[in-house]
Amino acid sequence: MNEETRENLIDMSVNLGGLKMQNPVAVASGTFGYGREYQDFIDISRIGAVIVKGTTLEERCGNPAPRIYETPAGMLNAIGLENPGIDVFLNVYLPSLIEDRVTVIANIAGNTVDEYALLSRKIDKHPGIAGIELNISCPNVKQGGMQFGTDPDLVKQVVEAVKSETSLPVIPKLSPNVTDIVSIARAARDGGADALSMINTLMGMAVDIDRRKPVLGNIFGGLSGPAIKPVALRMIYQVYKEVDLPILGGGGILNTRDALEFIMAGASAVSIGTGNFVNPVVAEEIALGLEKYVTEQGLTGINELVGAAVL
Amino acid sequence: MPLAEKGTVISNHQTGRDLWEMEFLAPGIAAESKPGQFVNVRLGDYSDPLLRRPLSLYDVEPDAGRITLLYKIVGRGTQLLSRYGSGQLIDVMGPLGLGFDLVQNRRVILIGGGVGIAPLLFLTRELVARHNEVIVLHGTGSSDELCSQGRFSKLGVEYKVATMDGSSGYKGLLTDMMKEALEPLPTDYIYTCGPEPMMSAVAAYASQHGISGQLSLEEHMACGVGACLGCARKLKETDTAYVKICKDGPVFPLDAVQLSTGGS
Repeated sequence: MNEETRENLIDMSVNLGGLKMQNPVAVASGTFGYGREYQDFIDISRIGAVIVKGTTLEERCGNPAPRIYETPAGMLNAIGLENPGIDVFLNVYLPSLIEDRVTVIANIAGNTVDEYALLSRKIDKHPGIAGIELNISCPNVKQGGMQFGTDPDLVKQVVEAVKSETSLPVIPKLSPNVTDIVSIARAARDGGADALSMINTLMGMAVDIDRRKPVLGNIFGGLSGPAIKPVALRMIYQVYKEVDLPILGGGGILNTRDALEFIMAGASAVSIGTGNFVNPVVAEEIALGLEKYVTEQGLTGINELVGAAVL
Repeated sequence: MPLAEKGTVISNHQTGRDLWEMEFLAPGIAAESKPGQFVNVRLGDYSDPLLRRPLSLYDVEPDAGRITLLYKIVGRGTQLLSRYGSGQLIDVMGPLGLGFDLVQNRRVILIGGGVGIAPLLFLTRELVARHNEVIVLHGTGSSDELCSQGRFSKLGVEYKVATMDGSSGYKGLLTDMMKEALEPLPTDYIYTCGPEPMMSAVAAYASQHGISGQLSLEEHMACGVGACLGCARKLKETDTAYVKICKDGPVFPLDAVQLSTGGS
């Protein structure tokens, strides 16, 4: 087969539990604002999916400063879900994303199970959103957030409540701050999740030795970046083996090689988070890099590589 | 419109104690830049240090496509920056943030503390072009941290220095020199950049005398474009409303944001 015919047969699109992406690369919630922040640097319609900033029912002001701190090969953040609330997101930020033909995944966070349900109902009524990522793993808010993601019963409850309000694909984002990630993933599946997003940040902290105080205003923050990549890969590998759901995998991905590791460990698609800060066009570069790899390997699509390294 | 560009380093050398100047060619960014804006610089292809470093535009010559940065070595990031040599490529995003409002036909005072002088040089160039009478006050710990005199002199403005140890110019606090410098003639506008306790004193003085002006904040950032919400700062007289230093600033009105008043 010559090169041209083969390229025509290559399919880089991904179906993530009913959520269709033109390529396997998404940008992670909280690292890409509402897309517009990066529009000067990258054609956001070429990104597989834009997972917008975590949205709550009411406006949230976020945590006191400092909110971020660089650590070895990573960073801590404790933003505290600063956002203008679901109605402002739907009415002010979403329309331009729809106009630009961006595949938008909403990310929602509630203080209660009912809030998750209400947020989903509002989104379901509003055309233009491709799927809902459930933030049940934010380490930086006092109520809700991670407490939902660390208890299998609550995970199941939240997912069930959301599924009953929407026909959109529902993708819980799992917290790595648990003893047994597989039991959490199973609970999400039992609640009716269509796919899993993993992993959120690892809880950490830093100390300012001059002030003899924690660096972050919130004391604790979420660790992200290349530092957490091995942890993310391990958890995705474990869940891929045990739970039959597509995985949106991420954690410190900076380049195509990193993305391939995640796919071979079991991720059907990947998400870029902290990497966007380092290189604003990294999502597009990785999408092209993956296509090149698939072509060079003589494969027909990225799907052939999912879980390829799982023994 | 900001862009990402691979700049070519022309020169990079030490000009004072821990102070370095880097010149590079980045015509796209230079053409768009305004005083008070910044660039976010990646330090090679490393994953450690991971994040870009936000740096003020010290001087910009759009016709030559040339940008100059003045930076102080404070950690690993700036140390790596100092190792760039002539001809090397440097990954730069910019210009980012909102710059200074440029007044016209006024008498303006620019007050820079330490390396906070950096954004005030490009500002001076543009203010002079707008027929302002510009006086620059620069304070440092000692004379070996003064390296900008030649550049300001070339622009034909009055440039006064204060050093804590008296090794050059006025001996003592920049803010004390400021009061003496500001007394004789009316001042229309103040621009300042430097340690926050200093800017806080400047803002208090300006408020007492009914002088308006702007300040420029420095902060650790991740994205630099308003996406990560990491560089939040509280607005004055509120306990809840934050602005993003990278996108809503780094320039703010003197009385707009809460400043740290102790330590630096």
